[in-house]
Amino acid sequence: MYSKGLAPLAAATVVTLTTAFALVFFYAPNDADQGFVQKIFYVHVPMAIVALGGFVAGGVFAIKHLRSGDSSWDMRSYVAIHQSIILGLGVLVTGAIWAKASWGHWWVWDEPVLVSFLVVFLLYCVYYPLRFSIEDRERQARYSSVFAITAGAFVPLNFVAVRMAESFTHPRVLSQTGGDLPGDMRLTFLVALLGMALLFVTLWKLELTAKHASMQLKKLRNRARVAA
Amino acid sequence: MPALPLDEAGKYVAGAYVVFVALILIYVAIIAAKIARIDRQISELVSEDDE
Repeated sequence: MYSKGLAPLAAATVVTLTTAFALVFFYAPNDADQGFVQKIFYVHVPMAIVALGGFVAGGVFAIKHLRSGDSSWDMRSYVAIHQSIILGLGVLVTGAIWAKASWGHWWVWDEPVLVSFLVVFLLYCVYYPLRFSIEDRERQARYSSVFAITAGAFVPLNFVAVRMAESFTHPRVLSQTGGDLPGDMRLTFLVALLGMALLFVTLWKLELTAKHASMQLKKLRNRARVAA
Repeated sequence: MPALPLDEAGKYVAGAYVVFVALILIYVAIIAAKIARIDRQISELVSEDDE
């Protein structure tokens, strides 16, 4: 059901990410201001964008679940949020490494980009205890969907708040004028972003396939028990 | 072509990319273990059915 097209998608992910990393280290020039350390940007920023996109997608799937009552949409929402949390963890760690390398501190509390991302991440960490504290499957799916929609709406707000923030310690990559990245850096960034998005979709489909197989197996076991 | 400097900056850049790769590998390993478990359980179910 979910495994359709998984193999070519996985192949496309591997090719795109390999190309992206080759571009990062052998094509994109070193940043004039930060030097070699700026290479972290090509993994950190795409990961952040895809993670935030995944949270929003989780909200959209949750809307579909509430509208249709189809539990497969709840599963899609859950897996999207789960993957985004994993990527979010990666964003926080790679961001801390980048901050230490360029600012001399692992974390800066008065920087709105960092703190707002941490707030979003911690908000979604609440999703797990909420979801798994409810035993009844239908209620679990319904409450989780409500959470996913509410939290998903908060993500664009986070983005706007960061834009409106006055501090400019954290570099702004994308602006209304398309950012000020030179062409070779922009190409590298876009390929890395595409690779990260493909990776997200591939792993999302992979986890959905595993979950679906597990549920089918449970059904078969129940049938076997009844038959016995 | 820019060189790969293995100085102070190189350490941080390598660290960031290793974190990314490690996250993905751990995740894929967990999913692979889950799929292997499902496969084993299906085999058990089939052998129970055969008996």
